[in-house]
Amino acid sequence: MRPARLRLAGQVLAVALVAALLGLLGWKLVKGTDGGAAAQLAAGKRPAAPAFTLSRLDTAGELSLASLRGKVVVLNFWASWCLPCKAEAPRLQKAWESRRADGVVFLGVDAQDFRSDARRFMKRFGITYPVVYDGQGSTLGHYGVTGFPETYFVARDGKLAGERVQGEISDEELERGIEAALAASP
Amino acid sequence: MKLLAAALAVLVLATGALAAGGRPRAADLEAELVCPTCKTTLDQSNAPVALRMKAYIRARIEAGDTAAKIKAALVDQFGPAVLAEPPKRGFDLLAWWLPLGGIALAVVAVGALAWRWSRSRGEAEEAVAPLGPELERRLDDELARFEP
Repeated sequence: MRPARLRLAGQVLAVALVAALLGLLGWKLVKGTDGGAAAQLAAGKRPAAPAFTLSRLDTAGELSLASLRGKVVVLNFWASWCLPCKAEAPRLQKAWESRRADGVVFLGVDAQDFRSDARRFMKRFGITYPVVYDGQGSTLGHYGVTGFPETYFVARDGKLAGERVQGEISDEELERGIEAALAASP
Repeated sequence: MKLLAAALAVLVLATGALAAGGRPRAADLEAELVCPTCKTTLDQSNAPVALRMKAYIRARIEAGDTAAKIKAALVDQFGPAVLAEPPKRGFDLLAWWLPLGGIALAVVAVGALAWRWSRSRGEAEEAVAPLGPELERRLDDELARFEP
């Protein structure tokens, strides 16, 4: 190959490499800051609740969110080391006991936590609703979870409804979210 | 005095050997593991989960676990992203080999450029046309004027 052609090939390769790296950076920036489903919910949309299948902490086996289609789901992200999670735990358990007859399911997602700590937490607060384990936090980005606790409401059609609640949830916020999910897909 | 120095040297060597092959040090592990919520190494984090992980590491060291066993247990709980360095196997090997490949490529490129540059300089020197007899005579005359 002649030196001029060799130089041209080298330049093309270098430009292509830089373009590829810039593309990768752009993709990462766009993907990394999309805010997940929470951002769409805040924009007034009703995105589908991101699917997941995770191992259960309350019993053996796995649980898939898709298996709860047709029911209103109160989806609560928590961790045993989080103080507001401790404060809201009895409230969630109480609400689960009073609303389960209405076809409302509570589902806890314990994330970025030790399994043993999570089980101790569940025992301490007498939690009887299903809880799944997401040690790696793989669901957090899809939902747009920015801290613990965070609560979402999934309507019967599998789409999010109401508002995301960041931090310790109140009785009023819980009721408002459940009613919004019930009304979204009667 | 010599005896004291020798004893100190033995002590230092023994401590080093113990640290390298014996019980893992919490500080070393905390520098090699990442807090899952703040994404910094454990030794630089005071996040609640990081504090819990530090306590776990100390408890496992006390129980006699090796560094590898402690790391494996934490990866089982929090996933491979908890390791500050990617594992040296499978696809993660790329993270180790790509920089080395890049450096090797850069060395080859710099070498090739240097070789080309030195070669073109030599050719340029050779390309200078020799002086003709008339010019050579005039140059000698001019130089002779400066000789004492």
